[in-house]
Amino acid sequence: MITVTGARKNYGDFAALDDVTLDIPAGTLTALLGPSGSGKSTLLRSIAGLERLDAGSIVIGGRDVTGVAPQKRGIGFVFQHYAAFKHMTVRDNVAFGLSIRKRPKAEIAKKVDDLLEIVGLDGFQHRYPAQLSGGQRQRMALARALAVDPEVLLLDEPFGALDAKVRADLRQWLRRLHDEVHVTTVLVTHDQEEALDVADRIAVLNKGRIEQVGDPVSLYDRPANDFVMSFLGSVARLGGQLVRPHDIALERNRDRAVAADALTGTAGGVVESVVERVVRLGFEVRIDLRADSGQRFAAQVTRGQADVLGLQVGETVYARATHGPDAYELDPALAI
Amino acid sequence: MRTSTAARLSLRTVALGYLVLLIGVPIVLILWRTFGEGVGTFLESIRTPAAISALNLSLLIVAITVPLNVVFGVGTALALVRGRFRGRGLIQAVVDLPFAVSPIVVGVSLILLWGSSGWFGGIENNLGVRVIFGLPGMVIATIFVTLPFVVREVEPVLHEIGTEQEQAASTLGASSAQTFWRITLPAIRWGLTYGVVLTIARALGEFGAVIMVSSGFPGVSQTLTLLVHSRYIDDHNTYGAYAAATLLMGLAVLTLLLMTLLDRKRSTT
Ligand SMILES: Nc1ncnc2c1ncn2[C@@H]1O[C@H](COP(=O)(O)OP(=O)(O)OP(=O)(O)O)[C@@H](O)[C@H]1O
Ligand SMILES: [Mg+2]
Repeated sequence: MITVTGARKNYGDFAALDDVTLDIPAGTLTALLGPSGSGKSTLLRSIAGLERLDAGSIVIGGRDVTGVAPQKRGIGFVFQHYAAFKHMTVRDNVAFGLSIRKRPKAEIAKKVDDLLEIVGLDGFQHRYPAQLSGGQRQRMALARALAVDPEVLLLDEPFGALDAKVRADLRQWLRRLHDEVHVTTVLVTHDQEEALDVADRIAVLNKGRIEQVGDPVSLYDRPANDFVMSFLGSVARLGGQLVRPHDIALERNRDRAVAADALTGTAGGVVESVVERVVRLGFEVRIDLRADSGQRFAAQVTRGQADVLGLQVGETVYARATHGPDAYELDPALAI
Repeated sequence: MRTSTAARLSLRTVALGYLVLLIGVPIVLILWRTFGEGVGTFLESIRTPAAISALNLSLLIVAITVPLNVVFGVGTALALVRGRFRGRGLIQAVVDLPFAVSPIVVGVSLILLWGSSGWFGGIENNLGVRVIFGLPGMVIATIFVTLPFVVREVEPVLHEIGTEQEQAASTLGASSAQTFWRITLPAIRWGLTYGVVLTIARALGEFGAVIMVSSGFPGVSQTLTLLVHSRYIDDHNTYGAYAAATLLMGLAVLTLLLMTLLDRKRSTT
């Protein structure tokens, strides 16, 4: 369990963390999600003790560690660019924390071998980091962090430097690892897909503040505000309301659209629009539309629905939201 | 643009000829003069008490200079790269000063500072420690002219490795001292090695600054370079000068060889 209370961090008069309060329950995998410069790394590094807070406190497992050096916080940290010890073999990298703790040689050897097996680097003991791929290096870094049995594992965009495929594989692998090891994990990412994919809980940061904390489903379905809504997945603006593209229904017949909309009763109403483009993306079809107000938006339908509608460029359709974000009011200033 | 074979060849010939004329010919000439009289004569000439003392003094100065430069150089490089303090720019400029200032000027200013009538003259007058015209003066002069090497070789390496490895070590429980010995030092070892090799070569070869602050007595306070000079100028013993020069050159070649060997080792790890 990690508790951050009223954390503030300023660089000059720029607030990188602006009164951040966050609970991270024990045993969870929590993602810190936010755009570049939102303060994710700063928050994570503050938890690690690599950054000193200007105000606020950090409690890890019931112990106030606010003024405690990183050496004594019981954390494991994984860096985006691996921070591998280049002059040491894989084995020595992983053994580093244990040898600092002066554990018996036999114990270290066994633990290192076990960990390398867990992270799938069995047989790489004697290689140097330069002889590993990026993904392997990061798994080595993970084993190194886990070797000291940290109370919490902190990962700063661990897969950020890897290509998309390796990235997706590794995050699945991390999820499975977490399900086995159950160490409280905080993962920084700016990739909403990654956060939705692996995390139990997501904290969305923006400009040094926490916008919303919750499980992926509730964040996706019930975003607290515009920012969270647009950051977690794509959005379309329909009659002054933000809607997910897959929550837009299209009808050729105006009366049917109005009747259906009366049943769901979302704020946007029925929007008359013209088809500008039809893009087939495998199973899904994206339809780019222009409302009569001039506003452009996209709707996403299944291929079956697209075939039934049989839309052609230039035709008129009636769009309505089937599912508005619950308990969510659009900021009137943003409405068009 | 593609250069024709003929043009490339003539370019090579010019470059090679230039090197041979400027560097090759003088070296060969000295070697020829030295060994022309037979190896025995050469050995005899470098085994005189004055020559042995000069060799020892040169090596002693190197032995004192290198550790001091290593400690100071690594410390300064760390401060310049990692430190955030006022006056960094000034230190940056000062570190390069020995490259810019002529060694003879260094010698003169050291006399002004440490000589018996200089600012620190009290050390000699009251404590009886002879700085100028003694070993301390020669060491200080040598340190002055070799000061930038370690700093300037280590600095870019420190920049390149960044701080993440050190931070990783600290999250794994390593104290600052442990991090320095186990992470930082091994990471900068090649830069440090180059700095040391360059320091050795320069310390052996330094002449201008040292001649100003040495009393220059054969067998007492002559380094190898001073020996070459005094044999040639004072004793009109040209052969002895060639022989001592060859010895000096031999040491330099040894240092260079060491560097090449280390370089090869580096590229295989
Ligand atoms: N050492 C520093 N000096 C000055 N400003 C800093 C420093 N470190 C971070 N900042 C600023 O603090 C803000 C938050 O930085 P942080 O690294 O936490 O962002 P982030 O959310 O991790 O972004 P990214 O996804 O790009 O890594 C940024 O605007 C950054 O410019
Ligand atoms: Mg970051």
